[in-house]
Amino acid sequence: MRGGGLKVYAILYLAFLYAPIVLLPLFAFNDGTVIAFPLQGFTLEWFAALLDTPALHEATLNSLIIAVSVAILATSLGLFAARAATRYKFPGKPGILGFIMLPLVLPEVIVAISLLAVLMQLGLDSGLWTIILGHSLLCMPFSIAILQGSFANMDQSLEEAAIDLGETPLSTFRLVTFPLVLPGIIASLLICFTISLDEFIIAFFLSGNEPTLPVYLWGQLRFPARLPVVMALGTILVTLSVLLLVVAEFFRRRGLKRAGLEDTGGFL
Amino acid sequence: MGESHSGLRRALRSEAGKGLTIVSPPLVYSLLLLAAPLATIVLLSFWTQQFLTIDRTFTFANYEEALSDPLYRELMFRSLRISGMVTLVTVVTAFPIAYFISFRVAPNRKSLWLFLITIPFWTSYLIRVFLWRVILAYDGPVNGTLLGLGIIDEPLGFILYNANAVVVTLAHAFAPFAILPIFVSLERIDRSLLEAARDLGESHAMTFFRVTLPLAMPGVLAAALIVFIPTVGDYVTPRLVGGSGGTMIANMIYAQIFDLNNRPMGATLAVLAMGTVAVISIGLILLTRLWTGPKR
Repeated sequence: MRGGGLKVYAILYLAFLYAPIVLLPLFAFNDGTVIAFPLQGFTLEWFAALLDTPALHEATLNSLIIAVSVAILATSLGLFAARAATRYKFPGKPGILGFIMLPLVLPEVIVAISLLAVLMQLGLDSGLWTIILGHSLLCMPFSIAILQGSFANMDQSLEEAAIDLGETPLSTFRLVTFPLVLPGIIASLLICFTISLDEFIIAFFLSGNEPTLPVYLWGQLRFPARLPVVMALGTILVTLSVLLLVVAEFFRRRGLKRAGLEDTGGFL
Repeated sequence: MGESHSGLRRALRSEAGKGLTIVSPPLVYSLLLLAAPLATIVLLSFWTQQFLTIDRTFTFANYEEALSDPLYRELMFRSLRISGMVTLVTVVTAFPIAYFISFRVAPNRKSLWLFLITIPFWTSYLIRVFLWRVILAYDGPVNGTLLGLGIIDEPLGFILYNANAVVVTLAHAFAPFAILPIFVSLERIDRSLLEAARDLGESHAMTFFRVTLPLAMPGVLAAALIVFIPTVGDYVTPRLVGGSGGTMIANMIYAQIFDLNNRPMGATLAVLAMGTVAVISIGLILLTRLWTGPKR
C-alpha cells in the first residue's frame, strides 16, 4: 500500500521535472506571438525564422567550436586523472583529486569572475579560447567521474598479461587499455559536449563580443517579439541534448557489459 | 632483510612517482585555471577602484564597506535564506523519490528511473528557467488551471517575480543533485538490518526513523551541500523569475564588475560569499557528525 502512495508521488514528481520541457514544443509550434495559453494553432514559422538569423548562425558556430574543443580537452585531462585515481597510490591523493573535482560544487559565478579577473589583470582579451579553458575546468570532474567507472571496471590482469607478452607500456595502452575504456571515453566526450553547449554563466562573463548560443539566447529573452523563435531554438537544443544523452547512456551501458558488470545507475 | 626493505620503499616511491606524474596534467591545469584565479580575486578584493585605475595599496576598505552597507548585507542574507529554503524544499521532496527507487523499484528498472530523473537536468538551464517564468506567469498554465477548476477567482500574482518563484525554479533545477546522493546512501543500507529491526518488534515508521534515516544521513548531508553551495551563487534564476524582491548576491557581483566598473568590490563580495558558504557547509558537516557519530 505504501508503495502505491510513493509511486503516485514519484509520477507527480516526474511530471514536475518534465513540465518545462513538455511545454517548450507546444509554444514553439504555436501560431501566436504571445507565450501563453490558449494555443492558437500549428505553425512552422518560428523554425523558419531561425534560418534567416545570421547572428544566430554565428553564435551556433562559436558554440560548436567551443563544445568540440572542450570535449576533447576535458576528456584528455580526465583520462589522466581517472587513470591515476584508479591505478596508483600517491601522497596527497584525496586532496589532489578533491581539488580537481572542486568545480563540481563551486558556484559557477565564482569560477567565472575569478577567470575574468585573471584575464583583466593580465590585460588579455576574452574570446572563444577563454571560454574553452573555463568550460574544460567545469567539465573535467564529470569526465573523471565517468572514466573512473570505466577504469575501475577494467580487469588489471589484462594489462599485466600484455606487458608479460612483450608489449611496451605505450602499446599496451593503445592495444588493451584504450579499447576497453573506449565506451567511457565516448560517453565522456558526449557529456562534456552537452555541458559546454548549454553552459551560460562562464560564457556570459567571458564571451566578449563573440556570443555563444546560450549568450545569444539570453540577449533575445529581452525582446517579447522574439520569444516564439527562442522557443523554437530551445526545442531544437533540448531535442539535441536528449539525443546525445541517450547515445552516451548507450555507450556507458555497453562499456559496463563489455566489462561483464551489472548496471548500477546513471551518470554522476 | 635490509635490502628487501629498501627495495619495497623504492617500489612504493616509484608507484607514488608514477601516480603523481600521471595526475600532474589535470592537477597543473586546475592550479593554473582554478587556484591561481581564486588567489587573484582574493588579492583583488584588498585593492580599491579609483575611477579608471585600480589602487594597489593593501586595504580592508572594501570589506568594511561590504559588511557595513545594509544593501550588501541584505542581499547576502537573502541569498543564504533563499538557498536555505531551496535546500530544504529540494532535499525533503527528493527523499521520497530516492527511497521509492531504492526500496520499491525492481533492481533491473532502477537505472531507467535514474536516467528519467537526470534527463531534464541535461537540457538547457536557461530555457528551463525561462519556461518557469512562463509557467508561473499571470496568464500562465498554473493560474489558468486553477481558474479553470474554480479554485481561485483571479490569477495569483504572488507566484512570480519574488523569492518563492526563485525557490520553485531552483528546486526544479537541482532535483537530480539531491536525489542521486540520497539514493546511493539508501542503496548501501544492509537490508537485513531493517529485517532485524522489524523482528525485534519495531513498527514500520520506527524502523524508518531509527534505522533507515540515520543510515541515510551521509547522503542527505551530501545532497544538502550539493544543492546549497551552488544555489547561493545563482545568477540566472533570480534575474529571470526573481523580480526585485528575489535579487541575489551573484546579481550584485555582476553589477559591480560590469555595470559599476568596480571590480575590487565585485571580488570582495565573491570572496565573502565563498567564505560564508564554506563556513556554513563546514558547520553543517560537523553538526551531522555530532548527530550520527556516537550511534555508530
